[in-house]
Amino acid sequence: MATKAQSRMTPLKLFSYTFVALWLIIAAFPFFWTFWGSFKVQADFLSKADWRNALYGANTIAQTGSAFTAEAYRGAWIDEEFWFNFKNTGIVVFFTVVISLTFGTLGGYALARSGFRYAFWILMAALVFRAMPHITLVSGYLLPFFEWNVWGILPTTIIVLVAINQPFTLWMLHSFFKNIPKDMDESAMVDGCTRFQAFRYVIVPVMWPGVITTGLFSFLLAYNDFTVAAMLLSEENETIIPAINSFMGTTQVEGKVMYAVAAVVSTVAPLFVLILFFQRQIVSGLTAGAVKG
Amino acid sequence: MKHRTFFWFILPTLSAMILFIALPIVSVFVQSLFVAHEQVLVVSESCGPFGCTPTTSVDLEATEKLREEAPLGRFNGLGTYFNRSHLAIAEIGEAWASSDSLGAFWSQIYNLPFYNALIFTLTYTFVVTPAVLVLGLAIAVGVNNLPRALKGPSIFVSLLPFLVTPLVGSLILFWMVDGDGVIGATIQKIFNDPSLSLKASTALTWIMLIVYGIWHTLPFSFITFYAGLQTVPDDTLEAAQIDGASKWQTMIHVVVPHLMPLVSFVTLMLIMDNLRVFEPIVSFSAEAHARSLSWVIFNDLRESGNPLYASAGATSLLTIIIVIFLMMPVLVRTWRDFTRKSH
Repeated sequence: MATKAQSRMTPLKLFSYTFVALWLIIAAFPFFWTFWGSFKVQADFLSKADWRNALYGANTIAQTGSAFTAEAYRGAWIDEEFWFNFKNTGIVVFFTVVISLTFGTLGGYALARSGFRYAFWILMAALVFRAMPHITLVSGYLLPFFEWNVWGILPTTIIVLVAINQPFTLWMLHSFFKNIPKDMDESAMVDGCTRFQAFRYVIVPVMWPGVITTGLFSFLLAYNDFTVAAMLLSEENETIIPAINSFMGTTQVEGKVMYAVAAVVSTVAPLFVLILFFQRQIVSGLTAGAVKG
Repeated sequence: MKHRTFFWFILPTLSAMILFIALPIVSVFVQSLFVAHEQVLVVSESCGPFGCTPTTSVDLEATEKLREEAPLGRFNGLGTYFNRSHLAIAEIGEAWASSDSLGAFWSQIYNLPFYNALIFTLTYTFVVTPAVLVLGLAIAVGVNNLPRALKGPSIFVSLLPFLVTPLVGSLILFWMVDGDGVIGATIQKIFNDPSLSLKASTALTWIMLIVYGIWHTLPFSFITFYAGLQTVPDDTLEAAQIDGASKWQTMIHVVVPHLMPLVSFVTLMLIMDNLRVFEPIVSFSAEAHARSLSWVIFNDLRESGNPLYASAGATSLLTIIIVIFLMMPVLVRTWRDFTRKSH
């Protein structure tokens, strides 16, 4: 219930509204600007003369006859074969998410139900692993992978991403399974189920909200990964993020910056849709570790 | 749960972590102990009418064979750790002896690659983290006061900078602050200096990277604090109001203490993520003025044709030690919490 005193406009309140509005503009404006600019030619998007060119597209009209052009997208997707990188990312993301969730649910469930000291040590080790910069691990992979001749292919990257993802998945699902009452699977075991049957028939049907939330973050990790894919994939297997980086190197010289802009917008678009549909799950996932401590 | 069942449940995840996280650390350590083979030199005497002159040439075949036999290189012990590119003990001693003021000593240290990267990484982490904590709390309080209909959309808008990968996010900002971009060009016009570029000076590059870091991580602290604000008990707030506390006093004495556990959680996550700062440096092509530890490792591995595995390994291991050292307080606290709970 908002009382009259609470809904009165005070200077403090006015300040906090302005502050929030300012943040929202800072958060959203770069995306809007880049999205709008991706339908212009480079002379407009990076216009030194007049920033309004990027809004109205003076040069775009001069060069193409219309204020909007999909030239950058055509160049990125067809000429530079960006769709191919998208396909690679699709494969990597799909398998990383499925395998991490399978491993993570089993492990997270075991950790949540075991009170032994070693369960705690595994969680501690996972926390330390979670903190390590990915590149420090990658420098350990390269030599052995060259030696075994598995460098550059998608399965290697998938399994590495699964492993790097495990510490986070374990923590998240562990705290999630802790919230499912112990009585549920224990009563199933009293009725004669084995531990695995209890897991399969009692826990699995109720675990999906937590698994979906964790899956979203596994998706983000695999989709957004640059370090691992850039070091472990050969050029023909490149995923989107390293591809954008190599775009920057080659297209800057040829004056095709717009290709990279179109690729960046194409990369952000799926995330935009993801937030649109899963905002609630993402928010609950971000705070899952925090609120329960 | 029985030990046996626990073992089978944990096996897949544990073996993934051991094979691809624990063993690579061992592999990093091993490779940091070796350095690349020197080329095999053959001295042959070419004798002419005016006597014999010894000439040295590289025996390619023998070098190749040596590399084949021992791909790790030759054993170097901890030598890599103490050389100029890493801990640089000898150089520091020299700098200490030769420089007459602390400032001169400091600038010599700053020119050593490892310390240079360390200084940037720590500065970045310990500027971005507190800034994000304070600003995140302010925005969370602000959004919490908004009318109900506006809360969802503002969270939606805020999520994007956080979920977009750093490489892409910093590219988006880079195109704006670049000399030709909307912000860059406007700044040049304001100061009437067409050569002014955010990339040109060290200070501006650092500021740009730090601003990027705040923009990227602010949503995380904002959303966590916002969720925490929902759990502040109304009774306590009302009691504070009845006792005559102003809005500001309520904030400092009721809300902030209630959020304290969240603050330590957010700090931990932020420190972990900020310490690995790397992609923005690639996107902004800022390596001339700012290098982080991760960037140095990446650069060693990318060294075209001849990756410096030993150097990358040594830097990686030092980085891991620094990360664990910084996390120690949290690990110790979690350990205490656990032992207290189990007794």
